[in-house]
Amino acid sequence: MQIEKFSYDNRPVKWFAYATIFWGIIGFVVGLWIAIAIWLPGLNLNWAPTTFGRMRPVHTNAVIFAFVGNGIFMGVYYSLQRLTKARIFNDTLTRIHFWGWQLIIVFGALTLWMGYSTGKEYAELEWPLDIAITLIWVVFGINMFGTIIKRRESHLYVAIWFYIATWVTVAMLHIVNSIELPISLTKSYSWYAGVQDALVQWWYGHNAVAFFLTTPYLGLMYYFLPKAANRPVYSYRLSIVHFWALIFIYIWAGPHHLLYTSLPDWAQSLGVVFSVMLIAPSWGGMINGLFTLRGAWDRVREDAVLKFMVVAITAYGMATFEGPMLSLKNVNAISHFTDWTIAHVHVGALGWNGFLTFAVLYWLIPRMFQTTLYSKSLANAHFWLGTLGIIFYAIPMYWAGFTQSLNWKTFTPEGTLQYTFLDTVNMLKPMYQLRSLGGLLFLVGACIMVYNLIKTVKAGTFLADEPAEAPALVKHQKHEGEHWHRVIERRPIQMLVLSLVVVGIGGILEIIPTFLVKTNIPTISSVKPYSPLELHGRDIYIAEGCYTCHSQMVRPFRDEVKRYGEYSKAGEFVYDHPFQWGSKRTGPDLARVGAKYNNAWHFSHMYDPTSTSEGSIMPRYPWLLNKSIDIRQTPKMIRAMQTMNVPYEVDYANRANQDLEAQAKVIVDDLMKDKGVQQVLELEGVKNLQYSKVVALIAYLQRIGTDIKKQPVESLPEH
Amino acid sequence: MKFINYLKSIDGISIYPMITLILFGMFFLVILMWVSKANQKYIKDAKNIPLKD
Repeated sequence: MQIEKFSYDNRPVKWFAYATIFWGIIGFVVGLWIAIAIWLPGLNLNWAPTTFGRMRPVHTNAVIFAFVGNGIFMGVYYSLQRLTKARIFNDTLTRIHFWGWQLIIVFGALTLWMGYSTGKEYAELEWPLDIAITLIWVVFGINMFGTIIKRRESHLYVAIWFYIATWVTVAMLHIVNSIELPISLTKSYSWYAGVQDALVQWWYGHNAVAFFLTTPYLGLMYYFLPKAANRPVYSYRLSIVHFWALIFIYIWAGPHHLLYTSLPDWAQSLGVVFSVMLIAPSWGGMINGLFTLRGAWDRVREDAVLKFMVVAITAYGMATFEGPMLSLKNVNAISHFTDWTIAHVHVGALGWNGFLTFAVLYWLIPRMFQTTLYSKSLANAHFWLGTLGIIFYAIPMYWAGFTQSLNWKTFTPEGTLQYTFLDTVNMLKPMYQLRSLGGLLFLVGACIMVYNLIKTVKAGTFLADEPAEAPALVKHQKHEGEHWHRVIERRPIQMLVLSLVVVGIGGILEIIPTFLVKTNIPTISSVKPYSPLELHGRDIYIAEGCYTCHSQMVRPFRDEVKRYGEYSKAGEFVYDHPFQWGSKRTGPDLARVGAKYNNAWHFSHMYDPTSTSEGSIMPRYPWLLNKSIDIRQTPKMIRAMQTMNVPYEVDYANRANQDLEAQAKVIVDDLMKDKGVQQVLELEGVKNLQYSKVVALIAYLQRIGTDIKKQPVESLPEH
Repeated sequence: MKFINYLKSIDGISIYPMITLILFGMFFLVILMWVSKANQKYIKDAKNIPLKD
């Protein structure tokens, strides 16, 4: 048999490793910043880009797509070459992939800071970047499949299956969720509205966790854990079942993010059932990982790489047990909108993704630089600081979550709510401070790693082209009685198609019925399209990321109806492109805020929240007073809505600004009656109040949830 | 024309959920059967791929 000599390209592994570290630190710093800003709102510096609502998407996008994203590419480019016994398909594509992804991250962060956002969680980047992501993802795909096709190993190891499923599913999710109608280079509206938008978004959001944070990292686990432990995976059979069951079930579970909302009941139930089933494959994977270390546990005491891996896999097990529990409707009724969810995701993000990335970095960098790790004790220090960081992060957040749900639902014997929303917020401040300490410990640990790895890199010599040799792949002759699966697992393209079919079924069966609007969403005749000024206000609400702290979804519970008002109906959101239900209540729900306070209250509250709500942790938004809306955009906005079947009159786009000005004038006249407002206007030198952002935002806030008040609603069931 | 009109026009669409459920069950059955019958040598070879370089 002819032995071929070739080399593995370590360059992309090195670049992506450096990018992982760099963006990781950025993501952690921004995370720590906003963790502190929650109990110290002045940290927003009274400047829009450093305000929580804009910083939070920067944090989530940096951690998911920059830190973990580069971590995926680092691990895939290393392991794929070795598992296929082939050099990466094309060096130029590798460069395009690397620099393209970094450019997207840079532009992503900048545009989010500038307030260009689609308002859909974890998919906030605007349409030009969505297209760029698609193109770079295709480049990655060509490189990956090119490598697989020219491989010298006939079998595709299970890690590669996970990579293939990741690639195809992320492509599908990203494209479907990003369908939007642009009105300019920096602004677009989600093609979907209300309930449909919510379902598509959480089908995407949930599976971003599944297929960006989980399946590629499971692929890395199946490669790097056997390497680090120097023994094969515990059960290869289990890994096969793990793979197929996981990708098949995961895709259905999205609606568990929308329990007790206005999503149709059948979709909620589907989400619950599949979420509970997810325990089986997830724990199968965890057990497979931990059992791989059987007989090697003594090494875990010595080896920092294995330590990080053990905690990562354990965190995966905890998060994937907790996830299905949180999907049960009775648990979700308590946990949803609280800090419990934040604790849950950070066990996954810090523990599973963070620690597995650190393990891979500690294992890879010394090897590529042909040396040993500079300091084992520093790596151990990092391990303990990181672990303490996770504990100090998670426990206060669990505590805060329980406090929130208990307080929110407590009634006095007379039947009134025991605590105001602000009472609870004030009780949580110590928890938020402890959480910041947890984040700080995690960050300090990561900085120690950076130092340790820099020292390691300086002590070694980089091996750019690692020599390798393997026999050429003999074309396989199909023989009698060969099993069908072996045929598929040797053919990557068939594998891709089968994976797409498997993940596609869940998506299609869930999403298509929700598009049959008439059957699922009762149309409410009093619900009307937004006025032009309200549309501008809604854009500001999205740009400032108000949804990161405020929900717009009153669930049908006694306490929520008492606190906020009538529970939300699906038919109220039919003109919401995009939906703004939110997922967290750091501040109160806003679904019924319209007409609850007067205009001057909103004005003062935006200028300085503590002036109306003592002890509020909401940051100030003084720039809304002096910044103006761009009314030249109004016709385009109306036309975009008309394209998406929002029923404005045919020629309304051209005269929309007349209505806008009239509505603004009414609000301004009302505001000018207030002495407090007058003083602020004078103090801030506000010249153009009628076109200011604050007036548009007030118009929108005063509209939210008021349509339904115009008609009687049926009596409400109590839960 | 809205998509629902096409769906409604399909005869016997109510059987689709049942077919879906059966497909779902079959999927796992097939995977489990294959895994239990898989060739020992293949499993051993594939399992050791990461350790070969």
